[in-house]
This record gives sequence, structure tokens and C-alpha cells, in this order.
Amino acid sequence: MGEVSVMLPKQRNLSQTMLDADQLASLQQTIGSYSPLQLAWASGYLAAKSEQSSVAVLPAAQAAVSSTLTILYVSQTGNAKGVAQQLAQSAEAAGITVNLKNVADYKAKSLKSETHLLIVASTNGEGEAPDDGLEFHEFLFSKKAPKLPNLKYSVLALGDSSYEFFCQTGKDFDERLKALGATQVSARVDCDVDYDSDAKAWSTQIVETLKEELTSSADALAPVVNLPVSNSADSSYNKQNPYAAEFLVSQKITGRESAKDVRHIEIDLGESGLTYQPGDALGVWFENDQVLVDELLQLLAFSGDEQVTFSKDDSEQTLAISEALVSVFEITQTAPSFVDFWAKTSGSAELLTLAEDKNALREFAANHQLVDILKLAPAQVTPQELIDTLRKMTPRLYSIASSQAEVDEEVHLTVGLVSYERDGKTRLGGASGYLAQRLEEGAKVKVFVEHNDNFRLPESDDTPVIMIGPGTGVAPFRAFMQEREARDAGGDNWMFFGDQTFTQDFLYQVEWQNYLKSGLLTKMNVAFSRDQAEKIYVQDRLKEQAKEVFAWLERGAHLYVCGDANRMAKDVHNTLLEIIAEQGGLSTEQAEDYLKTLRVSKRYQKDVY
Amino acid sequence: MSTTEINPDLVVDGKLADNERLKGQSDLLRGTITQDLGDQMTGGFTADNFQLIRFHGMYQQDDRDIRAERQKQKLEPLHNVMLRARMPGGIITPKQWLAIDKFSQEKTSYGSIRITTRQTFQFHGVLKPNIKLMHQTLNDYGIDSIATAGDVNRNVLCTSNPVESELHQEAYEWAKKISEHLLPKTKAYAEIWLDGEKVQGGKVEEEPILGSNYLPRKFKTTVVIPPQNDVDVHANDLNFVAIAENGKLVGFNVLVGGGLAMTHGDKSTYPRKAEDFGFVPLENTLDVAAAVVTTQRDYGNRVNRKNAKTKYTLDRIGVDVFKAEVEQRAGVKFSDSRPYEFTGRGDRIGWVEGIDNKHHLTLFIQSGRLLDYPDKPLKSGVAEIAKIHKGDFRMTANQNLIIAGVAEQDKAKIEEIARAHGLIDDNNTVQRENSMACVSLPTCPLAMAEAERYLPTMIGHVEGLLAKHELTDEHIIFRIVGCPNGCGRAMLAEIGLVGKGPGKYNVYLGGNKNGTRIPKLFKENLDEQAILAELDQLIGRWGRERNENEDFGDFVIRVGVVAEVIVSVRDFHD
Repeated sequence: MGEVSVMLPKQRNLSQTMLDADQLASLQQTIGSYSPLQLAWASGYLAAKSEQSSVAVLPAAQAAVSSTLTILYVSQTGNAKGVAQQLAQSAEAAGITVNLKNVADYKAKSLKSETHLLIVASTNGEGEAPDDGLEFHEFLFSKKAPKLPNLKYSVLALGDSSYEFFCQTGKDFDERLKALGATQVSARVDCDVDYDSDAKAWSTQIVETLKEELTSSADALAPVVNLPVSNSADSSYNKQNPYAAEFLVSQKITGRESAKDVRHIEIDLGESGLTYQPGDALGVWFENDQVLVDELLQLLAFSGDEQVTFSKDDSEQTLAISEALVSVFEITQTAPSFVDFWAKTSGSAELLTLAEDKNALREFAANHQLVDILKLAPAQVTPQELIDTLRKMTPRLYSIASSQAEVDEEVHLTVGLVSYERDGKTRLGGASGYLAQRLEEGAKVKVFVEHNDNFRLPESDDTPVIMIGPGTGVAPFRAFMQEREARDAGGDNWMFFGDQTFTQDFLYQVEWQNYLKSGLLTKMNVAFSRDQAEKIYVQDRLKEQAKEVFAWLERGAHLYVCGDANRMAKDVHNTLLEIIAEQGGLSTEQAEDYLKTLRVSKRYQKDVY
Repeated sequence: MSTTEINPDLVVDGKLADNERLKGQSDLLRGTITQDLGDQMTGGFTADNFQLIRFHGMYQQDDRDIRAERQKQKLEPLHNVMLRARMPGGIITPKQWLAIDKFSQEKTSYGSIRITTRQTFQFHGVLKPNIKLMHQTLNDYGIDSIATAGDVNRNVLCTSNPVESELHQEAYEWAKKISEHLLPKTKAYAEIWLDGEKVQGGKVEEEPILGSNYLPRKFKTTVVIPPQNDVDVHANDLNFVAIAENGKLVGFNVLVGGGLAMTHGDKSTYPRKAEDFGFVPLENTLDVAAAVVTTQRDYGNRVNRKNAKTKYTLDRIGVDVFKAEVEQRAGVKFSDSRPYEFTGRGDRIGWVEGIDNKHHLTLFIQSGRLLDYPDKPLKSGVAEIAKIHKGDFRMTANQNLIIAGVAEQDKAKIEEIARAHGLIDDNNTVQRENSMACVSLPTCPLAMAEAERYLPTMIGHVEGLLAKHELTDEHIIFRIVGCPNGCGRAMLAEIGLVGKGPGKYNVYLGGNKNGTRIPKLFKENLDEQAILAELDQLIGRWGRERNENEDFGDFVIRVGVVAEVIVSVRDFHD
């Protein structure tokens, strides 16, 4: 690693002409917390950055203009961003000039001057583009979209195959670019939730393919720094290298008569150096329940000691199947493809019928764990055959319910235990069962921080915020309140919360009461669906407050929605449209534009799942 | 009634208690209760309203069994209200009963109806969203809960005497009249709970009897028909002792200033018997009632709530002065008390026949709790009876229930239902039937120790001791209360246990069967084992050394286990 301190005097010189005092202070503050390794990486990054901007400013100056690789990412939770950053890193390492951009920051009109474009795109639950990609998506499909005969491109699509519109955003981009006359340099790859190895393979292949074409100039601009790109800028721990944190507290926060078991969880990040901001998520690697694994093994008449082989972290690994099922493979969430496979293997008429209907299949897969399916349709496979059809475990992301300004090295989560009865047995969610029931206080849990720049408090502490977070969607707003309290933020705060019953399910009730009492929380409206004959939800409370909600929006309030994506977020969205149309005297289309403008300007942010 | 000048020398000087401020600022008991009802963030009432709802017959409570658990769950206490209905004399019709049965089943957390020592019923565990519905439901059936708690005259008791039906009817009518006469006149209750019309601005409401600050402290009134003292006159501020001539009511002896509440460790507080002011004819009843109330209103201690009840006013300004005030205000002179005698306090469990040839079945309801227990669906049993019963129900001050006015031909059917639902249990001992406990844990916020939930076990032990010492046919008036505030009337028991802390009780001995003597502290802070060891000794000694038919309470005084309390202020803490 080079001596990094030599960079600083240079920058200081530069600053005399280029940076004002604030900028310099902010730069110094930013890099002040960097480790030497991080500084080294950052120096290379900045060097490459400065080259790119000079290129952009002076397009005609050199031939390099035609050899820039533009990488766009369309990210919701940060996965696509992470992949794109790694891709940029290896492309730069191969000597390619890279222009890496969040699609939201990319001028769609520049498309026609691009020669090489890679897109890493994730998809929202129901097939729509993440917020950041909406405008680009719309542009591509509009009449304004230019013909792109000179463009070479490839798309990496991220998604979740348990949803009907799997990888839809990536597919849309791919098909549309093709229709506009662009040429695929490499076929689109659709990645499922365990995207790591597929994404890596695609990246490697793309860099290999483009290397020759894009490295005409002999002197590579960027220094070769072979460091893993960390998702969290301030710690060496990340998804692939999680931190074994101490599990401090698991406290049930629903009452004893509640139909739900929701836990307030506290985890100690200790000396990990992991930091997070309100809005971020915590990734949790969990272990499956040994009891469930034993049940599976028994059903298949496996002893558990059978050795199975699989690839993990780029290498072949061999483990006893019992161990592999506990810590490597997903057995509590079922991929539709597994049901399909099992239908064929078992010849079960019921499953075969299901497999015909994609929607029914998806629903069935969502409601049945591996063990349920094996019980329903017994069949015999070898241990290796079973392993070969299973997906690798992926960490679960939980919206963080605390602010470090309040809790220092701790991180708090709000976890709803997924639990249902199937054939007289209680089935628990993999991660929620692990966190809420199996993990004991004092044990270690593997975690990492997943940053989410798409769910951030307003930059100005004076900006009002409206928070809509029923159920465990309350989590990030607890973090918001802690943060705003610590910052002594003067902006108004309005919370909408909902759940089943007032007496049993009012998550963090006492804290909300105290925030109201102290005046930090300006208003709070709650909806409890089962406390009266007619169901009342948060959107009904929003509607009741239509006039004031609109007034808040008009004075610049930021809107946040967290929680269930399938119903709540949609109902809330539609209610917001109604409110805006009605209160603003706008047509439906105008109201949609109004909301869209909010989304694009990051004043309407969602963290839904 | 003549107007009266207030004698400033008789008024306690000093900074008024905070309750005086909140009553005065309450806009005649309205406060901001309506706003609180709309507050979605809490199941409780805030600030002053927490106190003000008492004047509307409700206490805010919470399930104390799970208070700590909910604190960990970051949930507020499970706030709910207890409602005490206003039922002068405790008479309720089958139709009304079925309505309260339904409400308690569907809208209360405990699904029970509680018959209380105030001769009425209570709902426990009503959540805020159901409170208005509760009042409106009651109102539909002619029931309210105005002034059954708070610093006002509360539900008026009347001896449950179904046998002498005419005399009882007359006495009962007086109980109702007194209750109505002393009620707050504010329209706040109807306005808040029944969506009644708001009193128009400018129109001045007045409280001619209670005053705009209401009374200094709670005030309890009874009408009692000797020789029964089921209402425990000495627990009450104002008592009208029915005097009959030839079976017709002619007037009342008036007993003023009874009360049992005290505070642990505060010797300025004590239980005290009522003073006999003398006899007044019927036509002066309401004026005398109002005069006693207004005298207490004007001279009761508004500085220190622990010394605010009528009994302390009597001792501070003097019985004669108090009585003279009442005579002056009512415009009557008390004549000498007419002779009467109390012979007992318990209810006669089982069937009796009245002089009108109607039959009356008194059901023993342990601690007044009507609930459907797995093996004893008591509450359903009463509801089943209500469906066919042509008479009425009478709740007693001993927390029992009388099925009153049953025709000869309906007796068998009613008894059959009662037996089928466990409402008649021939195995109950007289000891059990003469024992009492207040509600206490888990709902009462004042409770320091278990009472109602503990009573059945404790009586079992007492029964065992009686058997051990071959006293099975005897019984002792035995009462357990969770705190020293008086609800379970332990300060008129032969053996009274007063909660001091979890599992710990102060033991008082020496009350009598008729309820005319205050017991005295025997030992402090005993746990169950110590209590039973002491009782084993005492009951054994009573069995061996008692005079013929000598009651336990009389015995312990005669042999000097405790000294007799004759004048409370002098003897009780001595």
C-alpha cells in the first residue's frame, strides 16, 4: 500500500484554488475516519474519477471518449449498487475507463453518445422499477428514446423468483435497448435472491469480453488496487464477511393476547467499526432450526452424515448434509422452481397441477416450507440431488430501528416472527425463528450493514416529515425519531401507525407517547384494524387527515412509507393520489405527476417488502 | 331550608388539597374528558380527568398482574375502567339484569359482574372505546353511574329485607329519594356520555347542595331496617335507621359520621362509629340529609384529604356543634332516638317466605363475583333465571343476590336452575357465608396485598381451625381487605386482615356480630403461617374458655387479648 499521507499536501495545495473551506472541511472529515486501506482505495478511486470528469468536460479532446464503459445501477436496497461497484472496480483494474452512476443521476439524453453500457437493475416486488429508475425507465419507453445502433450493452437483472414478475425491470431494459437497435455484448443474466455467484460470473465474463475493445490506450489510468469493495464504507465487514456480533436482547413487544409475536432486538456491533444511518438495514445470516433439519432428514431417510458437494464462495465445498441444511441452504423459503422439480420427481398429481399455474405455484411456494412439500408428496432422491435443487441461503435484511446517535454501538431491530400451523406443526420463518426463538441472549449472530440511500431523513433538520409505518414498518421511524431528537432537529414529525389491536399490538407505544409529550413528535395517528367491526387501516387515517397531509406536502414535507409492499404500500399510494387530487384540485394524471415529482426528488421514499 | 352563614372558625386553614383545584376548575365535572375519549394514543385518562371520571362512577384501573410485563413490552399499562352503577337499595329488574349480563360478557375484559359491598354491580375491565357504549347501554335500561365515586354522596344503601315487604318498599323509596336529592345537578354526565344537549352558554348551572367544589371527600349514606344491620351503618357517613309503628314507617333515627378508612402509619386517621343524632319524622328526611351534607361540605377539611371525612369533622368541631348546624340548616330539632336493636349483619341464605306470601331466594355469591367458572357457570345461571323470573333481583350489601318475589309455583324451576349452575351449594359453611373481601388485586390500584383471590383459601384454613377446636357450628365475622381504605369493611369484623404488603397483613380483633364495635390492632405484618398460628391459639382458647354463646369478638376483649375500642380517636391507636 502506498504512503497515503503524501496525498494530503497535494490536496491542500489544490484546495487553495479548487475547494472552498467548507468543501475542504467536509473532505477531511470524510477521509479522517478511513483506514489506510480505505484511503489507498479512495485515492485510486478519486484519480479515476478526476479522469472521467475531464473526459466528460472535454469530449472531443481524446479518443478515450469512445472507450468509456458506462455502468448504471438501479438499486432499491443497495444490492445492485454493490454489484455495480464491484464490476466497476474490476473493469478499472483491467484498465477500462469507467463511468459509474446511479441511474437517477444519469442524464438519459446522453444515451445516444454512449458506446458501451452495462446496467445492473433490481426489481420491486410487483415488477416495477425501483424509485431511482422510474424516470429512466419511462424515458426508454417513450417516444423521446433515441435509436441506439452504436451501443453495445448488457444487463444484469436482480430479482426474486418467488415473485411473478421476476427480474422484470432488467428484462424491460434489455428488451427495450434491443428494440432501439443496440447490440448485446453478452446475454442478460437473471439473478435470484442468492445472486452473488451469478453476478460475479457475469461481471468476469463482461470484463473479459470488453477488455480488448476498451483498453486502446496502453497506460491504464486507474491504479490497480485489488480490494473488495465494501458495502459499508467504514468497516471491513460486509455481506461476504459478516461480523459476529453479540445478541444482547430479544424482547417481545406485543402483549400476551396478541396474535403476533413481534420482537425488539438489540445487537452489539462492538469493535466491528460497522456504522449505519437511520434508513439502513441490517443483514442477518441465520441458521436453520436443527429440529426442522432432523425432520427433513427423517422424511428422506437420510442419516445426516451423507457428504454433499456444492460451490460456495467460488470454491467447491463438501459437508455433511445435516450441516449443509443448517447453515448453507434455504429450507424455510421455497422457490417455485423447487416445487416444479418436486412435482416431477414425486409425480404428485396435486403438485403437477399446481406447476401448470404460475400464480398458484408461487402462492403455494410462499406458504409451504420444504418439509411441508416433502410430506405432501413423498419421493426419494439422493442427498446430492436434493442439495442440487436447493437455493443457497441468503441473509435477511431488517430495517434498523435505532440511531447510533442514541444507541452508540448497538443496533436495534423490530422482527415479526413468521409462524403458521401446517398439519398440526408450527412452522417458523428461518431468520425470524432464529432471532426470536432459537438465538439466546449473549450468543453471536453474523451481521453486516446494508446501506440504503433511498430511505434517508431530509438533509435539512427543519424539513417536516410524514412517516407511515404500520406493523414492523415502524422500525426505521423509531430510528428517525432517535436521530432527530439527538440532532435537536426542529422539523415537524408526523407518524402514522397501524396494527391489529390497540392494547396488544401498539409497537413501542410508550416511546411514541413520550415523543408526543416532549413535542418532538408533532402528531400521531393510529389505526387498529380489529378493534371495531369495520377494518380501519393507516390509509383511512391518512384520508381523514387529507387536508393537513396535503398542507404538509405543500410546505415541503418528505413522505416515508415502510412495511408491507403488497397491500399497504399500494393502498397508501392510492390514498395519497386521492388526497393530492382532491386537495390540490388536480386530475388523476396531475396527481400522479405530483407524486412522481416527489419520488424523483426523493421526497417520497419507500422501504417496503 | 334556611340559608346559613359559615363560621370561619370551624373551617380548616391552609393550602387547599390539589383535588380542590381540579374540582373547582372542572367546569362542573366536565374537565376535558371528551378530548381524552378521542385520544387514540392512550387507553387511559390524563391529568385531572383521571380523577374526574370518578364523579361519573368510574375508576381508571389496569391489570396489575401484567403491569411489569407490559412495561418490558414497551406498552402502557393495560388501562381500563371499572364502573360502579347507581342502584339505590340494590334492586334490579330481570330485564336490566339481562342487559348488564350481555354487556359484561361482550365488552369487559373479565367477563364478570361484581356485586359489591355498596349494594350495586360493577363492571371491571372496560376499554376506553367501549365506555360511551357502556353508559348508553345502561341508560337504555334506566341505569346510570352518576356520583357512585368521587367526593359526592354515593350510591345509597338500603337493607335487603324481602320478608317485611311493605316496610322495605317504603324504606327503599326513601333510599331512592335521598339518592336523587343529593345527586350532582350538573348535566356533565348526559353531555359527555349520552351525547346529551350541551348546556347553552350563559345559562348558569348550580350545585345548591354539593357546591361547585363538591364535597371534601367521599360521602356514604344508608337506609337501614333494624334488626338487620347488613349495610353496616358504622361504615357510613349518614344513616337513616327506619323506625316503624305497626309495620308502617314513621321516621328515622339519624346516625352521622361513621367511616372505616385509615392510612397505615398515620395516627390522625382511624375508623370511627357513627353518632346518633336522634329521631326525625319522615317529612324532614330530605332536609336533614341535605343539612348533614352541607355541614360537611362547609366544615369538612379541604386541606388534608386524609382528615376530610365526616367522622373527622365531627371530632374536630364537636358532635354538638355539628348537630346544631344540621338542626339549624334543616329547620328541625332532633327528638330522642327511638329504641331499636341490631341482631345481625349476614344475609339469610336460602328461601324465605315474605308476609305477602311471595318467596325469596338468597344466593350466596362468594365475594360477589359472578363469572362462568368451568365447573360453576354462575353468571349464566343468573341470566337463565332472569329470563323466566317475574319478580326482581336484590343485590345485598353483603355481596349476595336475592331472587325476590317468586310465586309458589315458580320456586321449583328457579331452584333447579340455581342448583344446575352451582348457585346453590349445600356444602358452604356458615363461616364462608359470613366472610368478606374487597376486590383488591389485580384491578384495584390501591391494593397492597391479595384479598378476594385469597379469601377462599383463607376461609378454608379458618374452617379447619374451627373444626380442629370442635367449633364447627360457630362462625366468626372474618374479612380481608387489600388496603386500609375500608371497602371490605374489615374494621367492623371480629377478625379483620388488612393488607400491608404482598402476603403480609395487619390483624385486627374485637369487632362484634352486630357491627357496633370497631376492632383493634392485634399484630402487624403477619404472613399466612403466622396468622394461622395466632388464630389457632386464639380460637383454641376461645373454644375452651368462652362463656356460653360468647362470640369470638366479645371473648378476645373480655379476656384482654385486645382492649375495647369505645371512642376511636382515643382508643384505636392507644
